[in-house]
Amino acid sequence: MTAALSIQSIDMKFGEVRALHAVELEIEAGEFIVLLGPSGCGKTTLLSILGGFLQPTSGKVMIGGRDMTHVQPKDRPTTTMFQDYALFPHMSLIDNVGFGLRMRGVGRKERHRRAGELLALVGLPDAGHRRPHELSGGQRQRVALARALAVDPDVLLLDEPLGALDLKLRRQMQDELKAIQRRVGTTFIHVTHDQEEAMALADRIVVMNAGRIEDVGAPQHVYLQPRTLFSAAFMGEINRIDGQGTGEGLDTPLGRLPLAANGKTALLIRPEAIGGSGDLALGPAKLVDAAFFGTHHRCHYAPISAPELRIVAHLPQSAVPVEGSVSELYADHHVLIAEDR
Amino acid sequence: MARAHDNRQGWGLVAPALIWTTAFFVVPFLMMLALSFAKMEGRSVVTGFFPDNYIRIFTEPSLLRGLVVSLEITVTVTVISMVLAYPLAWIIAFRVPERWQRLVLILTILPFWTSYVVRSYSWLLVLGQNGVINKTLMTLGVISEPISMSASRFATVTGFVHFFVMLLTLTIYANLKELSPNYARAAQDLGAGRLATFRHVILPLTLPGLMTGAFLTLVLCIGDYITPQILGGNNELTLPQLIMMQLGRRGDFPMASAMAVVLMGIVTLAYLFSARWLRIDRL
Amino acid sequence: MTRAFAWIYLAVALGFIFLPVGMLVLFSFQDGRLPVPPFNGPSLRWYADVLGDRRLMSALGNSLIVAAVSSAIALLLGFLAAQALARYRLPGTLLMRVVLIAPFTVSYLIIALGLLTLYNRTGIGLSLWTAGVGHVVINLPLCFAILYAAIGDHHRNAERAARDLGASEVKVLALVTAPMLMPSMLAAFFLSFTFSWDEFIIAFLLTRFDVTLPVEIWSLLRSGLTPRANAVGSLVFLVSVSLLLLLELTVFRKVRR
Repeated sequence: MTAALSIQSIDMKFGEVRALHAVELEIEAGEFIVLLGPSGCGKTTLLSILGGFLQPTSGKVMIGGRDMTHVQPKDRPTTTMFQDYALFPHMSLIDNVGFGLRMRGVGRKERHRRAGELLALVGLPDAGHRRPHELSGGQRQRVALARALAVDPDVLLLDEPLGALDLKLRRQMQDELKAIQRRVGTTFIHVTHDQEEAMALADRIVVMNAGRIEDVGAPQHVYLQPRTLFSAAFMGEINRIDGQGTGEGLDTPLGRLPLAANGKTALLIRPEAIGGSGDLALGPAKLVDAAFFGTHHRCHYAPISAPELRIVAHLPQSAVPVEGSVSELYADHHVLIAEDR
Repeated sequence: MARAHDNRQGWGLVAPALIWTTAFFVVPFLMMLALSFAKMEGRSVVTGFFPDNYIRIFTEPSLLRGLVVSLEITVTVTVISMVLAYPLAWIIAFRVPERWQRLVLILTILPFWTSYVVRSYSWLLVLGQNGVINKTLMTLGVISEPISMSASRFATVTGFVHFFVMLLTLTIYANLKELSPNYARAAQDLGAGRLATFRHVILPLTLPGLMTGAFLTLVLCIGDYITPQILGGNNELTLPQLIMMQLGRRGDFPMASAMAVVLMGIVTLAYLFSARWLRIDRL
Repeated sequence: MTRAFAWIYLAVALGFIFLPVGMLVLFSFQDGRLPVPPFNGPSLRWYADVLGDRRLMSALGNSLIVAAVSSAIALLLGFLAAQALARYRLPGTLLMRVVLIAPFTVSYLIIALGLLTLYNRTGIGLSLWTAGVGHVVINLPLCFAILYAAIGDHHRNAERAARDLGASEVKVLALVTAPMLMPSMLAAFFLSFTFSWDEFIIAFLLTRFDVTLPVEIWSLLRSGLTPRANAVGSLVFLVSVSLLLLLELTVFRKVRR
C-alpha cells in the first residue's frame, strides 16, 4: 500500500528552541523522498512528527487525505526504520519481523509465512531462526527494513538507516533500498546528511537547514539549479564568486562578466563545469597545483586578475595539467543567486 | 621469551588478592565444611565424617521449621519488593524530568545509608505498640486499642521490603535507562499498545536487571540475622537466628557450620536457577 | 500509567522509604525517655549524652580505623588483581575472576563463620584486626569488579606510551594507571568504607573486647526503645550521607563530565 502525505505549516518548539519553522511539503504516493541536511537542521524532528513520536507545536500532518497529527504511532499507517535498528534482541528474526502482525492479531502460521517472505525480499531467506546479535550491521539493517515493511505501511520512515555502515556496504544497500522501494511501491521518507546518498536514492530531495526547507526538487535539479546558497554548498563542492550586479553585467574580482544581475549576487560554478571551453569566459588563470583523483584531476587556479582568489576545477582524466602554466578558463554551467534575500 | 616475562609480572600482580581470598575465604569455608560433618559429644567436638547434623536439620521439626520460615520470608520479600520497585523505577526513568532524575534517585536510596542495625530498629518506632502508626490511629479514633504489628513476620517482611525496594529500584532503573528508547518506539510503531509494549519488549529486556536484583535480595535476605531478630519476635526463628543460637547458647559449632552450608546450598541453587540472567561481574 | 497515578505512587513510595528514617531523626530530638509520640522538644540532650559516652565514642574510633585500613587493603589488592587480569593473558583468567568475585555472592554470616572456624583452629585470638580481615574479604570483590570494569584500551595505550618513554612497571602503575583510574578508585574506596563501617555480623562474631560501632549499637538496642539509639543512628546516617554527597559532588560529577 502507499499514500500521499501533506505537511501543513508545521512548527515545533522545544522550550525556547524553535526546531521547525512553518514547514510545508506535499509528497505524492509512492515517492522516494530524502530529507537532507546537517545535524540539528530539524530533519529527524520532522520524521518523528510524521511517525507520531512527537506532536508538533502547530500545523497538520495529513496521510492519505486523513488528519494524522494527533494519532498515536501504533494507529498510523507509517512505520519507522530506526537509526540503531531497535531490533528486539530477545526475539528471533522471524519473531522480530512478525511482531507487527502479531500485534494486529494475525495467527502464528500466517505471521511466519509473511515474515519468511519479507526476509526473502531483503535477501535473508533462511535466517529466520537466528537472533539479531548473530548478524552483521548490514544484515540487521535488512531485518529492520523487513520488520517495518511486514505490516504493509502506506509510508515508511527511515532515520539515517545507513549511517552505521561502511562506505562500500552503504553504496550496495542504497541500490537495494531503491530496488525494494520500486517493488513495494510504498512512500519512503528517508533522512540523511550524506548528499551522495540523497542523490542515489531520491525521487525528490528536500534540503533542510535550521528548521526550514531550503530547497525541494529532483537530485539533478537541486544539484544544478539550487535555490539558495546553503543548498548549493550542501549538495557538493562549488566555487563562489561574489559580485555586484549592475543591470548590464556582474562586477566581480575577475572583471565585469556578461551576466544579467542586479544588486549583490553570488556566481556559483561547480568544479566540473570549469574547463577550456564553455559559454562563460572567466579569463586567464595560473594553475597553482593539481592532483589526480582517478575520475578527474583536481586543480587550483589563481586568476591573473585576482591572484588571491582560488578556483577549483575538475579536469578530465585525459588532461595534462602543468603547474605554473596559464590558461583561459571557461564555465559551461553556472548559477546566480541574489544575496539580499 | 617476552611473553613469559610479562606473564610472570601478571601473576605477581594477581597473587596477593588470590592469596588473600584463598586464605581467608576458600580455606575457611572448606574448614567449616569439614567441621559440619563433625559432631558434639558433651562439650567437645568429635571430628570425623558424620552426616548427623544434616539429618537433624531436615528431620528435627524446630530446625526444619527455621529453614521453611527463612525460605517463606525470602520469597515473600523478593516478590513484594519486585512488584513495588518496578513501577517506582519506571516512574523515575520515564516520568520524572531528566534533570531531576538523579536527585530523585539519590533521595530514593538515601535511607539505604542509615546504619544497618538502626534501620530495623527505626521500624520499631513506626510499628511498635506505642509507635507512630498506633498513636496516630488512636488519636484519630480509628482504633481504641493498639494493634500489634511489631514482633511478627509482618514487621520482618516490612523491614526487609523497605531495604530491598531501594536496592531493586536502583538495579531496575539502571537497566531501564540503558535500553534504547527506540525499542519502545519500534513496538508502538508496529502497533503495540502500552501493555503489549511492556509485556513483549520492555519486561523481557529488563529481566537481567530484575533477576540480578532478585538474586541480591535473596542472598542478603536469607542470610540476615538483624532484621528478624529485632522485628520478628520470638514466635518463629529464621535460619541465621538458629545459627547464632548454636554458636551462642549451645556452643555447637558443627551444627552451626552445617546450617551455614545448607544456607550456602540454597544460595547456590538460586544462583544456578537464575544464572542465565545474572551479570554479577557487571555490578 | 496515567500521569497523576505516577506522581501519587512516587509520593507514597518516598513516604514509605522515608517514614522510618524520619521517625528516627525526629525522635532523636525527643525531650523524654521514650522515642515515641507525642513529640516533646526539640532537645539535644541525647546527642550530648551519646557524644559524651566513652564506649560509643571509642567504638566509633574503632569503626573508622577498621574501615579505613580494610578498605585501603581491599583497594590495593583489587587494583593489582584487576590490572593483572585486564592486561595479561594469564591462563585460567575466568576461574580467577570467579574466585575473586565469589565472596560477593555469599552471605556475610557464612564468611564470618568460616573465619571463626579458621581462627578457632589456628588459635588466633579475636580482635579488631580479625574482623578487619573479614572486611577485606567482602570488599575485595567490590574493588576488583569496579576497577576491572573501569580499565579500558585508552589506559593500555597510555601505559605503553609511558613504558616507551622509559618508565619502569612500578612507575607505570603509580604514575599513569592509578591516577587515570582515580575516580573509580575513590568510588571503590568510599563504597568499601561505608560497607565496612556499617557491617555488623562479621564484626559481631570476630571481635572480642574492642568492638566496632554497629556492635556497640546492637548492645545499646537490647535495652529497648531509647532516644539514645535514635541519636546514634542519626549521627551514623549523617556521616554516611556526607561521605556520599562528597563523593557525588567531587568524583562522580567529574566522571560524568
